[in-house]
Amino acid sequence: MSIASQDTAIRTGRVTRMLIYLVLLLFALFYMLPLYVMVVNSVKPLDEITGGGMMNLPQVLTFEPWAKAWSSAQIGVEPTGLSPYFWNSIKMVVPAVAISTVLGALNGYVLTKWRFKYDTIVFGLILFACFIPFQIVLIPMAKMLGLMGLAGTTSGLVLVHVVYGVGFTTLYFRNYYAVFPTELIRAAQIDGAGFFRIFWRILLPSSGPIAVVSIIWQFTNIWNDFLFGASFAGADSQPMTVALNNLVQASHGVKEYNVHFAGAILAALPTLLVYIVAGRYFVRGLMAGSVKG
Amino acid sequence: MGFLDIDNTTKSYGAVEVLHKVDIAVEEGEFLVLVGPSGCGKSTLLNMIAGLEEITSGEIRIKDAVMNGVHPSKRNIAMVFQSYALYPNMTVGQNITFGLEMHNVPKPQRDKAMKDVANLLQIEPLLDRKPGALSGGQRQRVAMGRALVRNPDVFLFDEPLSNLDAKLRVDMRTEIKKLHQKLGTTIVYVTHDQIEAMTLSTRIAVMFGGYVQQLGTPQEIYDTPANIFVATFMGSPAMNVVPAKVVVENGRPMAHVALHDGTIASLPFSQDNLAEWDGKDIMLGIRPETITDEDAADRKSENIAQMTNRIVVTEPAGSDTFVTMTLGGRDVIARMRSDANVRAGKDFQFAVNMEKAVAFDPKTENRIAP
Ligand SMILES: Nc1ncnc2c1ncn2[C@@H]1O[C@H](COP(=O)(O)OP(=O)(O)OP(=O)(O)O)[C@@H](O)[C@H]1O
Ligand SMILES: [Mg+2]
Repeated sequence: MSIASQDTAIRTGRVTRMLIYLVLLLFALFYMLPLYVMVVNSVKPLDEITGGGMMNLPQVLTFEPWAKAWSSAQIGVEPTGLSPYFWNSIKMVVPAVAISTVLGALNGYVLTKWRFKYDTIVFGLILFACFIPFQIVLIPMAKMLGLMGLAGTTSGLVLVHVVYGVGFTTLYFRNYYAVFPTELIRAAQIDGAGFFRIFWRILLPSSGPIAVVSIIWQFTNIWNDFLFGASFAGADSQPMTVALNNLVQASHGVKEYNVHFAGAILAALPTLLVYIVAGRYFVRGLMAGSVKG
Repeated sequence: MGFLDIDNTTKSYGAVEVLHKVDIAVEEGEFLVLVGPSGCGKSTLLNMIAGLEEITSGEIRIKDAVMNGVHPSKRNIAMVFQSYALYPNMTVGQNITFGLEMHNVPKPQRDKAMKDVANLLQIEPLLDRKPGALSGGQRQRVAMGRALVRNPDVFLFDEPLSNLDAKLRVDMRTEIKKLHQKLGTTIVYVTHDQIEAMTLSTRIAVMFGGYVQQLGTPQEIYDTPANIFVATFMGSPAMNVVPAKVVVENGRPMAHVALHDGTIASLPFSQDNLAEWDGKDIMLGIRPETITDEDAADRKSENIAQMTNRIVVTEPAGSDTFVTMTLGGRDVIARMRSDANVRAGKDFQFAVNMEKAVAFDPKTENRIAP
């Protein structure tokens, strides 16, 4: 009897599993559709698109649009392609992510392990930064950047993103460090390690998962940001997103959709890469702390 | 002046005073155990010695140097934490030498010190492992190694055995005691386990409600508890404390206690000054092992009183049999030989060693000293 029931259990299991897979597959296809459209059209000659075959596979495979988008497409007035703006973005994102993550870690460290009077109020105020809409700060921020002589520079953009990101990174690290055993800090104090030594030697080496969360979050947000880039960047510090917009919005000549698609993929590539490389740590980091080790 | 002086030290969190004027002088090489129930302030006191908590008032001195405001790393102390607090990202070896590294001890010296300690604690094979790959007992050893390697003036232990299973706890207890005898270091050790306190210490401070209730050798604490709290906290099973009345008969003070049926048993005191309590109520304290049968009574005692009482429950526990009876309206436990002929519901003639009995003032709950 038990054998029989086991048998049916497996059979129904197989059927439901097939159904589940089918549904998942459909969803996956549905979600992949935009990517498919972008990739397919970025490797077609323009006339194949304007001829009305958006969904078709390319008849002639060409990487011309990619090359053009990267190095020679008209962006604004200059035919530079997206490449200088790509480097602008990198120059902005890397320091902004690094600084905001380190600051967030330090804040989290102080707020949990070097507690002081009214520290929860301070934390609440920092958290508040997460909920301020971008639009509200635009004008005061422009004024501040002007006063600091950072208007239109990459450093100015870095500052803006650090200021905006620190709320989130502090939140992540504070919650992560809140469950980090305080006895370890005390042991290190007795061993003679100071404030930064404890941070550097004890806390940071155990912060991998949450650092990944912070980095991914900051990287995608800053890389994809358009509003701050469009508002505060100068002509030679514009990030990729703004340049892509300029490429697509160019008002003269024919619209080179294939180049636009290639450019859009180029603009999305770094965040995609970060997710692929560190994505599983991201989930692990988000879960960390919710389950007691 | 002791080696470690805790001088009129108090601790307040805001308006709440959690430690009240603690006054303890620890001699060099002593093993002082702070014992008491949860929340009595043991850890707070230890952390104040370590420098992890500020001292609200009073002074703590190590080797006559005032420690108030001195950084933990400058006090030449080492601490073993309840959770062991091993650095998870470092190997056992690095854990042990981290403190030396922070004190700028050169690497060759550090390695030598590590080897010595590893040898002493028999953890050489573990030196390259991470703490996550150790058992509880091994972590415990590593934590002790980390403390030992710095050769501190005072060792501080905060419930170091409470995360171990029962068997290992007993083994490690012996190990710590051996280590203390071998190295002769000064130790302050926190526990809420009174057996640990009795077995390990040279002196015990029993704490309750932020007060040191009694400070003394294990024997003093056990035989002459300062008050009812200490009497019932130390010892397992706890000391029986029952209401009794002092009546002087033929010039000798007797304790009148109600038996199970309300009749009065008259037990002579060995303590003469209790005659001053003639006619007054007291609380009578009798340790379970001092209530036995006639044959097992202490031969050296000059004051064995007989008392016939009804047995309520018997609990054989291998080496002993615990017998429960009603005395003074309360449950009283006697610790009998396992072969004693006791049966529930039967009357039995008990022998009470009244030399060991203590009397407490029912109002102050303090022991009435001889
Ligand atoms: N930061 C704090 N603020 C206010 N009260 C505190 C603080 N830390 C400890 N206390 C109080 O001080 C008292 C003593 O605490 P302590 O940790 O020393 O107890 P303990 O004897 O070590 O208990 P346990 O056996 O549970 O570890 C407790 O009543 C506790 O509530
Ligand atoms: Mg404690």
